[in-house]
Amino acid sequence: MIDKEQIRHIATLAKFEFSDEEFDGFATKFQETLDMGDKLQDIDTTGVEPTTNLATRTTVFREDTPETDQTREQLLSNVPESDGRLIKVPSILDTEGDN
Amino acid sequence: MNFETTIGLEVHVELKTKSKMFSTSPAVYGAEPNTNTNVIDFGFPGTLPTVNKEGYRLGIMTALALHAEVEKHTHFDRKNYFYPDNPKAYQITQYEKPLAHDGWIEIEVDGQKKKIGIEEMHVEEDAGKNTHGEDGYSYVDLNRQGTGLIEIVSKPDMTTPDEAYAYLEKLKQTIQFTGASDVKMEEGSMRVDCNISIRPIGSKKYGQKIELKNLNSFNHVRLGLAFEEKRQAEILRMGGEILPETRRFDEPSGETILMRVKEGKDDYRYFPEPDLPNYEIEQAWIDQINSQLPEMPDKRRIRYVDELEIPEYDAGVLTATKEMSDFFEESVSLGANPKLVSNWLMGEVNAYMNANQLDLLETKLTPKNLATMVKLITEGTISSKIAKKVFQETIENGTEPNQWVKEKGLIQESDPAVLTPIISEILDNNEQSIIDFKNGKDRAIGFLVGQIMKQTHGQANPKVVNQILMSEIKKR
Repeated sequence: MIDKEQIRHIATLAKFEFSDEEFDGFATKFQETLDMGDKLQDIDTTGVEPTTNLATRTTVFREDTPETDQTREQLLSNVPESDGRLIKVPSILDTEGDN
Repeated sequence: MNFETTIGLEVHVELKTKSKMFSTSPAVYGAEPNTNTNVIDFGFPGTLPTVNKEGYRLGIMTALALHAEVEKHTHFDRKNYFYPDNPKAYQITQYEKPLAHDGWIEIEVDGQKKKIGIEEMHVEEDAGKNTHGEDGYSYVDLNRQGTGLIEIVSKPDMTTPDEAYAYLEKLKQTIQFTGASDVKMEEGSMRVDCNISIRPIGSKKYGQKIELKNLNSFNHVRLGLAFEEKRQAEILRMGGEILPETRRFDEPSGETILMRVKEGKDDYRYFPEPDLPNYEIEQAWIDQINSQLPEMPDKRRIRYVDELEIPEYDAGVLTATKEMSDFFEESVSLGANPKLVSNWLMGEVNAYMNANQLDLLETKLTPKNLATMVKLITEGTISSKIAKKVFQETIENGTEPNQWVKEKGLIQESDPAVLTPIISEILDNNEQSIIDFKNGKDRAIGFLVGQIMKQTHGQANPKVVNQILMSEIKKR
Protein backbone atom coordinates (compact mmCIF):
# COMPACT_ATOMS: atom_id res chain seq x y z
CA MET A 1 0.00 0.00 0.00
CA ILE A 2 1.21 3.46 -0.84
CA ASP A 3 1.19 5.83 2.14
CA LYS A 4 0.93 9.57 2.58
CA GLU A 5 4.67 9.90 3.26
CA GLN A 6 5.60 8.36 -0.09
CA ILE A 7 3.23 10.73 -1.86
CA ARG A 8 4.71 13.67 0.05
CA HIS A 9 8.16 12.54 -1.15
CA ILE A 10 7.01 12.38 -4.77
CA ALA A 11 5.43 15.84 -4.43
CA THR A 12 8.70 17.23 -3.01
CA LEU A 13 10.69 15.78 -5.92
CA ALA A 14 8.25 17.35 -8.37
CA LYS A 15 8.37 20.66 -6.42
CA PHE A 16 4.58 20.57 -5.83
CA GLU A 17 2.87 21.86 -2.70
CA PHE A 18 -0.48 20.52 -1.50
CA SER A 19 -2.66 20.83 1.58
CA ASP A 20 -3.10 17.92 4.00
CA GLU A 21 -6.64 17.29 2.73
CA GLU A 22 -5.40 17.04 -0.83
CA PHE A 23 -2.77 14.50 0.19
CA ASP A 24 -5.48 12.34 1.84
CA GLY A 25 -7.36 12.14 -1.45
CA PHE A 26 -4.23 11.30 -3.43
CA ALA A 27 -3.48 8.10 -1.52
CA THR A 28 -6.64 6.36 -2.75
CA LYS A 29 -6.24 7.58 -6.33
CA PHE A 30 -2.58 6.60 -6.50
CA GLN A 31 -3.45 3.16 -5.14
CA GLU A 32 -6.11 2.61 -7.82
CA THR A 33 -3.60 3.48 -10.55
CA LEU A 34 -0.95 1.25 -9.04
CA ASP A 35 -3.39 -1.67 -8.70
CA MET A 36 -4.14 -1.36 -12.38
CA GLY A 37 -0.42 -1.49 -13.15
CA ASP A 38 -0.02 -4.51 -10.91
CA LYS A 39 -2.20 -6.54 -13.29
CA LEU A 40 0.76 -6.46 -15.69
CA GLN A 41 2.71 -8.53 -13.19
CA ASP A 42 0.43 -11.50 -14.03
CA ILE A 43 1.95 -11.74 -17.51
CA ASP A 44 4.73 -14.32 -17.79
CA THR A 45 7.80 -12.50 -19.17
CA THR A 46 10.33 -15.26 -18.58
CA GLY A 47 13.11 -15.01 -21.15
CA VAL A 48 11.86 -11.71 -22.59
CA GLU A 49 14.44 -8.88 -22.83
CA PRO A 50 13.21 -5.65 -21.19
CA THR A 51 11.92 -3.11 -23.73
CA THR A 52 13.68 0.20 -23.27
CA ASN A 53 12.58 1.86 -26.47
CA LEU A 54 9.89 1.51 -29.11
CA ALA A 55 11.79 3.23 -31.91
CA THR A 56 12.37 0.88 -34.82
CA ARG A 57 15.64 2.52 -35.88
CA THR A 58 18.75 2.05 -33.79
CA THR A 59 22.14 3.75 -33.52
CA VAL A 60 21.28 7.11 -35.07
CA PHE A 61 24.23 9.51 -34.94
CA ARG A 62 24.75 13.06 -36.16
CA GLU A 63 28.04 14.39 -37.56
CA ASP A 64 29.96 16.86 -35.40
CA THR A 65 29.06 20.02 -37.33
CA PRO A 66 28.22 23.10 -35.25
CA GLU A 67 25.24 25.17 -36.30
CA THR A 68 23.60 28.23 -34.82
CA ASP A 69 19.89 27.99 -35.54
CA GLN A 70 18.48 30.68 -33.27
CA THR A 71 19.78 34.03 -32.09
CA ARG A 72 20.10 34.86 -28.41
CA GLU A 73 17.36 37.50 -28.84
CA GLN A 74 14.94 34.91 -30.25
CA LEU A 75 15.71 32.44 -27.46
CA LEU A 76 15.51 34.99 -24.65
CA SER A 77 12.21 36.33 -25.97
CA ASN A 78 10.66 33.08 -24.75
CA VAL A 79 11.95 33.11 -21.17
CA PRO A 80 9.97 34.75 -18.34
CA GLU A 81 12.70 37.27 -17.49
CA SER A 82 16.14 38.16 -18.84
CA ASP A 83 18.62 41.04 -18.84
CA GLY A 84 19.31 40.64 -22.54
CA ARG A 85 22.30 38.36 -21.95
CA LEU A 86 21.37 36.05 -19.10
CA ILE A 87 18.17 34.35 -17.97
CA LYS A 88 16.87 35.81 -14.69
CA VAL A 89 15.45 33.35 -12.18
CA PRO A 90 14.40 33.80 -8.55
CA SER A 91 17.47 33.66 -6.30
CA ILE A 92 18.62 30.12 -5.63
CA LEU A 93 20.80 28.68 -2.91
CA ASP A 94 23.63 26.70 -4.41
CA THR A 95 22.92 23.48 -2.58
CA GLU A 96 20.96 21.42 -5.04
CA GLY A 97 22.84 21.56 -8.31
CA ASP A 98 24.28 18.32 -9.53
CA ASN A 99 25.44 16.63 -12.69
CA MET B 1 42.35 2.96 17.44
CA ASN B 2 43.99 3.06 14.02
CA PHE B 3 42.05 3.56 10.83
CA GLU B 4 42.42 2.80 7.17
CA THR B 5 41.11 5.09 4.46
CA THR B 6 38.98 4.27 1.42
CA ILE B 7 38.83 6.75 -1.44
CA GLY B 8 36.84 6.65 -4.67
CA LEU B 9 36.86 9.41 -7.28
CA GLU B 10 34.28 10.61 -9.79
CA VAL B 11 35.88 12.59 -12.58
CA HIS B 12 34.02 14.55 -15.26
CA VAL B 13 35.90 15.49 -18.41
CA GLU B 14 34.49 17.66 -21.19
CA LEU B 15 34.67 16.06 -24.62
CA LYS B 16 36.61 18.02 -27.22
CA THR B 17 34.00 18.22 -29.95
CA LYS B 18 33.02 21.12 -32.18
CA SER B 19 29.32 20.83 -31.38
CA LYS B 20 27.45 19.74 -28.25
CA MET B 21 26.63 16.12 -27.38
CA PHE B 22 22.86 16.30 -27.87
CA SER B 23 22.40 19.47 -29.91
CA THR B 24 24.19 21.15 -32.83
CA SER B 25 25.15 24.30 -30.88
CA PRO B 26 28.87 25.13 -30.96
CA ALA B 27 30.82 23.81 -27.94
CA VAL B 28 33.41 26.52 -27.31
CA TYR B 29 34.75 27.80 -24.02
CA GLY B 30 34.43 31.47 -23.14
CA ALA B 31 31.75 32.72 -25.60
CA GLU B 32 29.28 35.55 -24.86
CA PRO B 33 26.52 34.23 -22.53
CA ASN B 34 23.71 32.29 -24.22
CA THR B 35 25.12 32.72 -27.74
CA ASN B 36 26.09 29.04 -28.13
CA THR B 37 22.58 27.83 -27.50
CA ASN B 38 19.48 26.75 -29.37
CA VAL B 39 15.93 25.58 -28.67
CA ILE B 40 17.18 22.15 -27.54
CA ASP B 41 19.57 23.60 -24.96
CA PHE B 42 16.76 25.85 -23.69
CA GLY B 43 14.53 22.79 -23.33
CA PHE B 44 11.68 24.25 -25.36
CA PRO B 45 8.70 21.91 -25.85
CA GLY B 46 8.70 19.72 -28.94
CA THR B 47 12.46 19.72 -29.46
CA LEU B 48 14.41 16.49 -29.83
CA PRO B 49 18.04 15.66 -29.03
CA THR B 50 20.48 14.02 -31.48
CA VAL B 51 23.69 12.17 -30.58
CA ASN B 52 27.08 13.52 -31.69
CA LYS B 53 29.00 10.63 -33.29
CA GLU B 54 32.41 12.23 -32.67
CA GLY B 55 31.53 12.66 -28.97
CA TYR B 56 30.71 8.97 -28.67
CA ARG B 57 33.86 8.04 -30.60
CA LEU B 58 36.00 10.06 -28.18
CA GLY B 59 34.21 8.31 -25.32
CA ILE B 60 35.10 4.91 -26.75
CA MET B 61 38.68 6.05 -27.34
CA THR B 62 38.99 7.11 -23.70
CA ALA B 63 37.49 3.80 -22.59
CA LEU B 64 40.06 1.87 -24.64
CA ALA B 65 42.92 3.96 -23.26
CA LEU B 66 41.68 3.12 -19.75
CA HIS B 67 41.55 -0.62 -20.58
CA ALA B 68 37.77 -0.69 -20.11
CA GLU B 69 35.27 -2.96 -21.82
CA VAL B 70 33.00 -1.05 -24.19
CA GLU B 71 29.27 -1.81 -23.80
CA LYS B 72 27.84 -2.98 -27.13
CA HIS B 73 24.08 -2.74 -26.45
CA THR B 74 23.39 0.60 -24.87
CA HIS B 75 20.87 3.40 -24.53
CA PHE B 76 20.59 6.76 -22.81
CA ASP B 77 18.66 7.44 -19.61
CA ARG B 78 17.05 10.45 -18.00
CA LYS B 79 18.23 11.60 -14.61
CA ASN B 80 15.51 13.80 -13.18
CA TYR B 81 16.20 16.84 -10.99
CA PHE B 82 15.12 20.47 -10.82
CA TYR B 83 17.64 23.26 -11.07
CA PRO B 84 17.68 26.42 -13.20
CA ASP B 85 20.90 25.45 -15.01
CA ASN B 86 19.07 22.39 -16.33
CA PRO B 87 15.99 23.71 -18.13
CA LYS B 88 14.61 20.30 -19.23
CA ALA B 89 14.51 19.23 -15.53
CA TYR B 90 16.44 16.10 -16.52
CA GLN B 91 19.95 15.29 -17.66
CA ILE B 92 20.54 12.87 -20.52
CA THR B 93 23.05 10.31 -19.24
CA GLN B 94 23.80 6.58 -19.37
CA TYR B 95 22.74 4.78 -16.23
CA GLU B 96 21.68 1.22 -16.96
CA LYS B 97 24.20 0.43 -19.72
CA PRO B 98 27.10 2.87 -19.43
CA LEU B 99 29.62 3.45 -22.26
CA ALA B 100 32.21 1.11 -20.72
CA HIS B 101 33.05 -0.73 -17.51
CA ASP B 102 35.86 -2.51 -15.64
CA GLY B 103 38.90 -0.47 -16.67
CA TRP B 104 42.08 0.30 -14.78
CA ILE B 105 45.11 2.53 -14.70
CA GLU B 106 48.44 1.93 -13.04
CA ILE B 107 49.82 4.52 -10.64
CA GLU B 108 53.15 4.80 -8.86
CA VAL B 109 53.56 6.28 -5.38
CA ASP B 110 56.96 6.20 -3.63
CA GLY B 111 58.23 3.62 -6.13
CA GLN B 112 55.26 1.32 -5.45
CA LYS B 113 53.12 0.43 -8.48
CA LYS B 114 49.40 -0.16 -8.01
CA LYS B 115 46.44 -0.75 -10.30
CA ILE B 116 43.38 1.41 -9.61
CA GLY B 117 40.14 -0.02 -10.98
CA ILE B 118 37.56 1.94 -12.94
CA GLU B 119 34.03 0.82 -12.14
CA GLU B 120 32.32 2.41 -15.14
CA MET B 121 32.33 5.44 -17.39
CA HIS B 122 29.41 7.03 -19.18
CA VAL B 123 28.53 9.77 -21.66
CA GLU B 124 26.27 12.57 -20.47
CA GLU B 125 25.47 16.24 -20.96
CA ASP B 126 26.79 19.15 -18.95
CA ALA B 127 24.53 21.70 -17.28
CA GLY B 128 24.54 25.50 -17.71
CA LYS B 129 26.07 27.94 -15.26
CA ASN B 130 24.42 30.00 -12.52
CA THR B 131 25.68 33.20 -11.04
CA HIS B 132 24.04 34.63 -7.98
CA GLY B 133 23.17 38.31 -8.05
CA GLU B 134 22.61 40.51 -5.02
CA ASP B 135 19.32 41.79 -6.40
CA GLY B 136 17.20 38.77 -5.47
CA TYR B 137 17.88 37.08 -8.80
CA SER B 138 20.14 34.33 -10.02
CA TYR B 139 21.43 34.52 -13.58
CA VAL B 140 21.69 31.58 -15.97
CA ASP B 141 24.00 31.08 -18.95
CA LEU B 142 23.18 27.98 -21.02
CA ASN B 143 26.32 27.98 -23.20
CA ARG B 144 27.62 24.89 -21.41
CA GLN B 145 24.22 23.17 -21.32
CA GLY B 146 24.37 20.01 -23.46
CA THR B 147 28.16 19.93 -23.87
CA GLY B 148 29.45 16.35 -23.94
CA LEU B 149 30.98 14.91 -20.79
CA ILE B 150 32.31 11.57 -19.76
CA GLU B 151 32.09 10.70 -16.11
CA ILE B 152 34.71 8.22 -14.96
CA VAL B 153 33.89 6.43 -11.71
CA SER B 154 36.82 4.74 -10.01
CA LYS B 155 36.57 1.72 -7.75
CA PRO B 156 37.20 2.53 -4.07
CA ASP B 157 40.77 1.29 -4.55
CA MET B 158 42.73 4.26 -3.21
CA THR B 159 43.89 4.27 0.41
CA THR B 160 45.84 7.54 0.70
CA PRO B 161 45.46 11.13 -0.57
CA ASP B 162 48.76 10.64 -2.45
CA GLU B 163 47.27 7.70 -4.35
CA ALA B 164 44.26 9.84 -5.28
CA TYR B 165 46.63 12.55 -6.51
CA ALA B 166 48.64 10.05 -8.57
CA TYR B 167 45.43 8.58 -10.01
CA LEU B 168 44.27 12.02 -11.15
CA GLU B 169 47.65 12.85 -12.71
CA LYS B 170 47.69 9.56 -14.58
CA LEU B 171 44.07 9.88 -15.68
CA LYS B 172 44.66 13.42 -16.94
CA GLN B 173 47.83 12.37 -18.78
CA THR B 174 46.14 9.37 -20.40
CA ILE B 175 43.08 11.32 -21.56
CA GLN B 176 45.27 14.16 -22.80
CA PHE B 177 47.16 11.66 -24.99
CA THR B 178 43.91 10.41 -26.54
CA GLY B 179 42.96 13.99 -27.46
CA ALA B 180 39.41 13.36 -26.20
CA SER B 181 39.50 16.33 -23.82
CA ASP B 182 41.64 19.34 -22.89
CA VAL B 183 41.45 18.10 -19.26
CA LYS B 184 42.05 21.59 -17.81
CA MET B 185 40.74 22.02 -14.29
CA GLU B 186 41.13 25.81 -14.53
CA GLU B 187 38.72 25.91 -17.50
CA GLY B 188 36.35 23.37 -16.00
CA SER B 189 37.05 20.74 -18.66
CA MET B 190 38.08 18.39 -15.82
CA ARG B 191 36.17 18.26 -12.52
CA VAL B 192 36.71 16.01 -9.53
CA ASP B 193 34.39 14.79 -6.78
CA CYS B 194 35.74 12.53 -4.02
CA ASN B 195 34.17 9.95 -1.78
CA ILE B 196 36.13 9.19 1.37
CA SER B 197 35.49 7.00 4.40
CA ILE B 198 37.64 5.52 7.13
CA ARG B 199 37.25 2.30 9.14
CA PRO B 200 39.16 0.60 11.95
CA ILE B 201 42.00 -1.47 10.47
CA GLY B 202 40.77 -5.02 9.90
CA SER B 203 37.10 -4.06 9.79
CA LYS B 204 35.28 -5.64 6.85
CA LYS B 205 32.57 -3.02 6.59
CA TYR B 206 33.28 0.36 4.98
CA GLY B 207 32.75 3.41 7.16
CA GLN B 208 30.15 6.07 6.37
CA LYS B 209 31.41 7.95 3.34
CA ILE B 210 31.27 11.68 2.82
CA GLU B 211 31.43 13.50 -0.51
CA LEU B 212 33.97 16.23 -1.20
CA LYS B 213 33.06 18.75 -3.92
CA ASN B 214 34.16 22.08 -5.45
CA LEU B 215 37.80 21.09 -5.74
CA ASN B 216 39.79 23.46 -7.93
CA SER B 217 43.07 21.59 -8.30
CA PHE B 218 44.65 18.19 -7.73
CA ASN B 219 46.46 19.72 -4.78
CA HIS B 220 43.15 20.74 -3.20
CA VAL B 221 41.98 17.15 -3.66
CA ARG B 222 45.05 15.91 -1.79
CA LEU B 223 44.77 18.50 0.99
CA GLY B 224 41.00 18.06 1.34
CA LEU B 225 41.29 14.28 1.60
CA ALA B 226 44.12 14.55 4.14
CA PHE B 227 42.00 16.91 6.25
CA GLU B 228 39.03 14.51 6.06
CA GLU B 229 41.14 11.54 7.19
CA LYS B 230 42.07 13.49 10.33
CA ARG B 231 38.63 14.97 10.94
CA GLN B 232 36.84 11.64 10.65
CA ALA B 233 39.38 9.84 12.86
CA GLU B 234 38.98 12.47 15.59
CA ILE B 235 35.20 12.12 15.53
CA LEU B 236 35.38 8.32 15.75
CA ARG B 237 37.99 8.38 18.53
CA MET B 238 35.73 10.60 20.59
CA GLY B 239 32.89 8.13 20.10
CA GLY B 240 31.08 10.29 17.56
CA GLU B 241 29.33 9.35 14.35
CA ILE B 242 30.18 10.29 10.75
CA LEU B 243 27.16 11.69 8.93
CA PRO B 244 26.52 11.35 5.20
CA GLU B 245 27.65 14.85 4.35
CA THR B 246 28.65 16.80 1.28
CA ARG B 247 31.60 19.04 2.11
CA ARG B 248 33.79 21.45 0.21
CA PHE B 249 37.47 22.38 0.52
CA ASP B 250 38.19 25.86 1.84
CA GLU B 251 41.57 27.03 0.59
CA PRO B 252 42.36 29.81 3.11
CA SER B 253 41.86 27.56 6.15
CA GLY B 254 42.94 24.30 4.50
CA GLU B 255 39.83 22.71 6.00
CA THR B 256 36.70 21.10 4.60
CA ILE B 257 33.40 22.84 5.27
CA LEU B 258 29.94 21.32 5.51
CA MET B 259 27.69 22.10 2.54
CA ARG B 260 24.77 19.88 3.42
CA VAL B 261 23.82 16.64 5.16
CA LYS B 262 22.28 14.20 2.74
CA GLU B 263 18.77 13.36 3.86
CA GLY B 264 17.71 10.00 2.55
CA LYS B 265 19.03 8.53 -0.68
CA ASP B 266 19.23 10.56 -3.86
CA ASP B 267 16.13 9.92 -5.90
CA TYR B 268 16.69 10.71 -9.55
CA ARG B 269 13.96 8.40 -10.91
CA TYR B 270 16.09 7.25 -13.85
CA PHE B 271 14.30 5.85 -16.87
CA PRO B 272 15.31 5.16 -20.50
CA GLU B 273 15.40 8.36 -22.59
CA PRO B 274 12.38 7.99 -24.91
CA ASP B 275 13.62 10.69 -27.30
CA LEU B 276 16.65 8.63 -28.40
CA PRO B 277 16.80 5.13 -29.89
CA ASN B 278 18.84 2.18 -28.63
CA TYR B 279 22.49 2.06 -29.68
CA GLU B 280 24.32 -0.99 -31.01
CA ILE B 281 28.07 -0.36 -30.93
CA GLU B 282 29.72 -2.57 -33.53
CA GLN B 283 32.99 -4.37 -32.82
CA ALA B 284 34.34 -3.15 -36.18
CA TRP B 285 33.93 0.46 -35.04
CA ILE B 286 35.63 -0.27 -31.71
CA ASP B 287 38.51 -1.98 -33.56
CA GLN B 288 38.85 1.00 -35.89
CA ILE B 289 38.99 3.44 -32.97
CA ASN B 290 41.50 1.18 -31.23
CA SER B 291 43.75 1.34 -34.28
CA GLN B 292 43.61 5.16 -34.15
CA LEU B 293 44.51 5.28 -30.45
CA PRO B 294 47.79 7.20 -30.04
CA GLU B 295 50.62 5.37 -28.31
CA MET B 296 50.18 5.90 -24.56
CA PRO B 297 52.81 7.56 -22.30
CA ASP B 298 53.84 4.35 -20.50
CA LYS B 299 54.71 2.63 -23.78
CA ARG B 300 56.50 5.69 -25.09
CA ARG B 301 58.55 5.95 -21.91
CA ILE B 302 59.73 2.36 -22.17
CA ARG B 303 60.57 2.84 -25.86
CA TYR B 304 62.60 6.00 -25.14
CA VAL B 305 64.63 4.16 -22.51
CA ASP B 306 65.14 0.93 -24.49
CA GLU B 307 65.57 2.21 -28.03
CA LEU B 308 66.77 5.80 -27.66
CA GLU B 309 68.86 5.31 -24.50
CA ILE B 310 67.14 8.16 -22.68
CA PRO B 311 67.45 7.96 -18.87
CA GLU B 312 64.29 6.76 -17.08
CA TYR B 313 63.66 10.10 -15.34
CA ASP B 314 64.10 12.13 -18.54
CA ALA B 315 61.77 9.78 -20.42
CA GLY B 316 59.16 10.47 -17.74
CA VAL B 317 59.49 14.24 -18.21
CA LEU B 318 59.33 13.95 -22.01
CA THR B 319 56.11 11.92 -21.86
CA ALA B 320 54.36 14.16 -19.31
CA THR B 321 52.34 15.74 -22.11
CA LYS B 322 51.53 14.63 -25.62
CA GLU B 323 52.78 17.95 -27.04
CA MET B 324 56.24 17.46 -25.54
CA SER B 325 56.39 13.79 -26.49
CA ASP B 326 55.27 14.38 -30.09
CA PHE B 327 57.70 17.30 -30.41
CA PHE B 328 60.56 15.13 -29.17
CA GLU B 329 59.72 12.28 -31.54
CA GLU B 330 59.41 14.53 -34.56
CA SER B 331 62.81 16.15 -33.86
CA VAL B 332 64.42 12.74 -33.46
CA SER B 333 62.77 11.43 -36.65
CA LEU B 334 64.50 14.28 -38.52
CA GLY B 335 67.83 12.78 -37.58
CA ALA B 336 68.77 14.75 -34.45
CA ASN B 337 70.59 13.04 -31.57
CA PRO B 338 67.85 11.91 -29.10
CA LYS B 339 69.84 12.62 -25.94
CA LEU B 340 70.69 16.15 -27.10
CA VAL B 341 67.10 16.87 -28.18
CA SER B 342 65.94 15.63 -24.78
CA ASN B 343 68.46 17.82 -22.95
CA TRP B 344 67.41 20.92 -24.85
CA LEU B 345 63.70 20.25 -24.31
CA MET B 346 64.11 19.59 -20.59
CA GLY B 347 66.59 22.42 -20.06
CA GLU B 348 66.48 25.53 -22.21
CA VAL B 349 63.05 24.96 -23.76
CA ASN B 350 61.37 24.30 -20.41
CA ALA B 351 63.11 27.31 -18.86
CA TYR B 352 61.91 29.50 -21.73
CA MET B 353 58.33 28.19 -21.39
CA ASN B 354 58.32 28.86 -17.63
CA ALA B 355 59.87 32.30 -17.94
CA ASN B 356 57.34 33.36 -20.57
CA GLN B 357 54.34 31.41 -19.26
CA LEU B 358 53.86 29.64 -22.58
CA ASP B 359 52.87 26.14 -23.62
CA LEU B 360 55.32 24.40 -25.93
CA LEU B 361 53.11 24.91 -28.98
CA GLU B 362 52.73 28.61 -28.16
CA THR B 363 56.46 29.20 -28.63
CA LYS B 364 57.91 29.73 -32.12
CA LEU B 365 60.15 26.69 -31.83
CA THR B 366 59.45 23.92 -34.34
CA PRO B 367 60.69 20.31 -34.21
CA LYS B 368 62.44 20.95 -37.54
CA ASN B 369 64.39 23.98 -36.29
CA LEU B 370 65.34 22.22 -33.06
CA ALA B 371 66.54 19.21 -35.05
CA THR B 372 68.54 21.44 -37.40
CA MET B 373 70.17 23.24 -34.48
CA VAL B 374 71.08 19.98 -32.72
CA LYS B 375 72.58 18.66 -35.96
CA LEU B 376 74.67 21.84 -36.31
CA ILE B 377 76.10 21.06 -32.86
CA THR B 378 76.79 17.36 -33.44
CA GLU B 379 78.36 18.03 -36.83
CA GLY B 380 80.69 20.55 -35.19
CA THR B 381 79.37 23.47 -37.26
CA ILE B 382 78.53 25.53 -34.18
CA SER B 383 79.82 25.40 -30.61
CA SER B 384 77.41 24.74 -27.76
CA LYS B 385 78.05 28.31 -26.62
CA ILE B 386 76.93 29.70 -30.00
CA ALA B 387 74.05 27.22 -29.94
CA LYS B 388 72.52 29.18 -27.05
CA LYS B 389 72.38 32.28 -29.27
CA VAL B 390 70.87 30.27 -32.11
CA PHE B 391 68.32 28.82 -29.71
CA GLN B 392 67.21 32.25 -28.45
CA GLU B 393 66.80 33.42 -32.03
CA THR B 394 64.82 30.42 -33.25
CA ILE B 395 62.50 30.10 -30.21
CA GLU B 396 61.74 33.83 -30.18
CA ASN B 397 61.41 34.50 -33.90
CA GLY B 398 61.07 31.07 -35.51
CA THR B 399 64.27 31.66 -37.51
CA GLU B 400 65.76 28.81 -39.54
CA PRO B 401 69.10 28.04 -37.79
CA ASN B 402 71.18 26.91 -40.80
CA GLN B 403 70.67 30.09 -42.75
CA TRP B 404 70.98 32.28 -39.66
CA VAL B 405 74.41 31.00 -38.50
CA LYS B 406 75.74 31.47 -42.03
CA GLU B 407 74.39 35.01 -42.29
CA LYS B 408 75.68 35.98 -38.86
CA GLY B 409 79.03 34.29 -39.40
CA LEU B 410 78.62 32.10 -36.36
CA ILE B 411 79.99 28.94 -37.92
CA GLN B 412 82.58 27.30 -35.71
CA GLU B 413 86.20 27.51 -36.91
CA SER B 414 87.71 24.01 -37.06
CA ASP B 415 90.32 24.52 -39.75
CA PRO B 416 93.90 24.06 -38.31
CA ALA B 417 95.30 26.25 -41.12
CA VAL B 418 93.25 29.18 -39.72
CA LEU B 419 93.63 28.37 -36.03
CA THR B 420 97.36 27.55 -35.84
CA PRO B 421 98.67 31.07 -36.65
CA ILE B 422 96.27 32.61 -34.08
CA ILE B 423 97.37 30.12 -31.43
CA SER B 424 101.07 30.67 -32.20
CA GLU B 425 100.66 34.40 -31.80
CA ILE B 426 98.92 34.04 -28.46
CA LEU B 427 101.68 31.69 -27.26
CA ASP B 428 104.31 34.25 -28.35
CA ASN B 429 102.59 36.89 -26.24
CA ASN B 430 102.14 34.68 -23.15
CA GLU B 431 105.42 32.94 -22.52
CA GLN B 432 104.87 32.99 -18.75
CA SER B 433 101.79 30.78 -19.16
CA ILE B 434 103.81 28.19 -21.07
CA ILE B 435 106.37 28.10 -18.26
CA ASP B 436 103.62 27.85 -15.66
CA PHE B 437 102.02 24.95 -17.51
CA LYS B 438 105.31 23.10 -17.84
CA ASN B 439 105.75 23.57 -14.06
CA GLY B 440 102.48 21.71 -13.48
CA LYS B 441 99.99 24.58 -13.30
CA ASP B 442 97.11 23.14 -15.37
CA ARG B 443 95.13 26.32 -14.92
CA ALA B 444 97.44 28.08 -17.33
CA ILE B 445 95.81 26.12 -20.19
CA GLY B 446 92.41 27.49 -19.29
CA PHE B 447 93.81 31.00 -19.53
CA LEU B 448 95.31 30.33 -22.96
CA VAL B 449 92.12 28.76 -24.29
CA GLY B 450 90.22 31.79 -23.00
CA GLN B 451 92.57 34.10 -24.94
CA ILE B 452 92.10 32.06 -28.14
CA MET B 453 88.30 32.12 -27.74
CA LYS B 454 88.39 35.85 -27.21
CA GLN B 455 90.49 36.30 -30.33
CA THR B 456 88.09 34.15 -32.41
CA HIS B 457 84.89 35.64 -30.91
CA GLY B 458 84.03 32.27 -29.38
CA GLN B 459 83.90 30.55 -32.74
CA ALA B 460 86.95 28.33 -32.47
CA ASN B 461 86.19 24.63 -32.14
CA PRO B 462 87.36 23.87 -28.56
CA LYS B 463 88.37 20.30 -29.43
CA VAL B 464 90.60 21.38 -32.32
CA VAL B 465 92.00 24.30 -30.29
CA ASN B 466 93.06 21.89 -27.54
CA GLN B 467 94.85 19.58 -29.95
CA ILE B 468 96.75 22.38 -31.69
CA LEU B 469 97.56 24.10 -28.42
CA MET B 470 99.11 20.96 -26.93
CA SER B 471 101.24 20.18 -29.96
CA GLU B 472 102.36 23.83 -30.24
CA ILE B 473 103.38 23.96 -26.55
CA LYS B 474 105.33 20.71 -26.95
CA LYS B 475 107.34 22.30 -29.77
CA ARG B 476 108.52 25.15 -27.51
